[in-house]
Amino acid sequence: MAVVFEKPKALTDAPFHYCPGCTHGIIHRLVAEAIDELGIEGKTVGVAPVGCAVMAYDYFACDMVEAAHGRAPAVATGIKRALPENIVFTYQGDGDLASIGMAETVHAATRNENITIIFVNNAIYGMTGGQMAPTSLPGQVTQTSPYGRDVKTQGFPIKVSELLSSLDAPEYIERVAVNNVKNVNKAKKAIKKAFQNQIEGKGFSLVEVVSSCPTNWGMTPSKALQWVDEKMIPYYPLGVYRDKSAEKKED
Amino acid sequence: MAKLTFNSDLCKGCGLCVDACPKQLIVLAKDKINAKGHSPAEITDQEKCIGCAFCATMCPDCIITVER
Amino acid sequence: MGEKVLMKGNEAIAEAAIKAGCRHYFGYPITPQTELAAYMAKRMPKIGGVFLQAESEVAAINMVYGVAGTGKRVMTSSSSPGVSLKQEGISYIAGADLPALIVNVQRGGPGLGGIQPSQSDYFQATKGGGHGDYRLIVLAPASVQEMADLTVKGFDLSDKYCVPAMLLADGTMGQMMEPVDLEGITETKTEKPWAVTGTEGKRKHNIVNSLYLNPEKLEQKNFERYETYKTIEQNECMWESFMMDDAEICVVAFGIAARVSKNAVVAARKEGIKVGLIRPITLWPFPKAPLAQAADKVKGFISVELSMGQMIEDVKLAIDCRKPVALCNRTGGMIPTPEQVLASIRNMAKEDT
Repeated sequence: MAVVFEKPKALTDAPFHYCPGCTHGIIHRLVAEAIDELGIEGKTVGVAPVGCAVMAYDYFACDMVEAAHGRAPAVATGIKRALPENIVFTYQGDGDLASIGMAETVHAATRNENITIIFVNNAIYGMTGGQMAPTSLPGQVTQTSPYGRDVKTQGFPIKVSELLSSLDAPEYIERVAVNNVKNVNKAKKAIKKAFQNQIEGKGFSLVEVVSSCPTNWGMTPSKALQWVDEKMIPYYPLGVYRDKSAEKKED
Repeated sequence: MAKLTFNSDLCKGCGLCVDACPKQLIVLAKDKINAKGHSPAEITDQEKCIGCAFCATMCPDCIITVER
Repeated sequence: MGEKVLMKGNEAIAEAAIKAGCRHYFGYPITPQTELAAYMAKRMPKIGGVFLQAESEVAAINMVYGVAGTGKRVMTSSSSPGVSLKQEGISYIAGADLPALIVNVQRGGPGLGGIQPSQSDYFQATKGGGHGDYRLIVLAPASVQEMADLTVKGFDLSDKYCVPAMLLADGTMGQMMEPVDLEGITETKTEKPWAVTGTEGKRKHNIVNSLYLNPEKLEQKNFERYETYKTIEQNECMWESFMMDDAEICVVAFGIAARVSKNAVVAARKEGIKVGLIRPITLWPFPKAPLAQAADKVKGFISVELSMGQMIEDVKLAIDCRKPVALCNRTGGMIPTPEQVLASIRNMAKEDT
């Protein structure tokens, strides 16, 4: 018998601090698997966000930098400009990337900065205890939208993949989900491609991962994944929003 | 023929592997509690496991090793 | 001595930085430091360096943080309102013990203030500015030559101690043209085993970080950092003493205010008033020793500043309030004239001790 599935080498032995059933762990693993399969751990530098994944620097075995809230794309820009031969990725949540760090995100994208961004969209601020995120759904109850997100006063959710794909520059933008085995496998393919693009010097690649937050959604892990399927995915359709190289081939 | 190994100490008992198993072979142990205070996942009938690794694919804590 | 060239202060900073091995510059347009960015935009691409106009000062300082983490020399420049925006990043750089150079070509404030020269960011530069227990090494040039020399000094000290450095200039210094000698500037190389450059599979991963959730660890980290600060205070204070040997009055001024004050001191000497000048070159560490020494001899101090009086507090602390300290100042972008400073000197000379 041979081992067909185990913890990837690009993850350290540190146990994740995430809540039971939190899909951050799955997404961490997918990133690490991509790093392993591409053989790039030794030259990868990751940038951790502020949010639930703040301690990602303890989990990835590559060199890591902890950024200020929302600034990961700017920090990654600095690292990549200083080390163009290295592989640089950021791992960010929705508050970090789409609220406080929106300017850094949009401008890194429009410079087609040759970095990889893993964007975890679970429609809530997890670390601070479940406040409304820029991606919280209309009507979604959170600590700061206790009567449900009222789009009249609290605005509509930001669809990051759609928004960024309106820019000319970015190389690759795909939205995936991690709510079932099939989608996890698709997510893995997308994440690997986002790293492969960087290796080939193609430019800005972002994978939006629709995921869950059982604790702050107030659901069991199982129910939370069902909610992803029934509520999140209809609002955030999965698919490739930009693939410049593929589009060029078609022309 | 397949074999699952659970790193039970790190299991948080979330049950996503239970949902993922196409053969319904995984349960959360009712009679056990690990150091973290969770009922860890375990396989009921190793013989019937097909080694599809769906459980490991959905495990957020990378505690399942699959051999085939 | 090499050949002197005529340069603006802002450009002298830029060229000195390049000669000192800085190949990464991130900035955002703001008056009155724009020549520095423009110079970098022209030069960097020609020498294989990076000039990037960021989307904001916040982004620029975080790009600096990223490069600093890789161990390469990096800088940003801005002016007062822009430097306020950079405070978040500066605090993180200090908290992660990274070297970097931040240039503040000060203008009048608060708020949008004005675009004329000022020294009213003294508190911000020397007392923290951002959140948390930390210090910057703060250097205050008073000539275009010093704009260049202290830029190099800033990089060197910052690398040596892993403490971010700030060059605190003002609009006049930035715009002023003077002959400057840039020859002989070289990069001092420092080992940086902590840098994130990829493990190459040869070492445990390096982590650049300022987060310590365990309060005991954070306290310990702050204690250690303050030990470094103590060493810097012992070893790196810089100042200029001018006509202090027999002085009975001590003028204290830095940057442009020191240039004005020097003229006033010379004029007062002609009137027979025994006055001298101590010009802090490092604002942090603040040169307490020469001031404390002077306090034994002089009847009083005059702090000359382009602010409502900020450095004056450090002067009083340095001399334990043993002697009176008068303030001679203009603010909002105005510069004291030598006559105004001379009048202050005359006033103090007249007072009984």
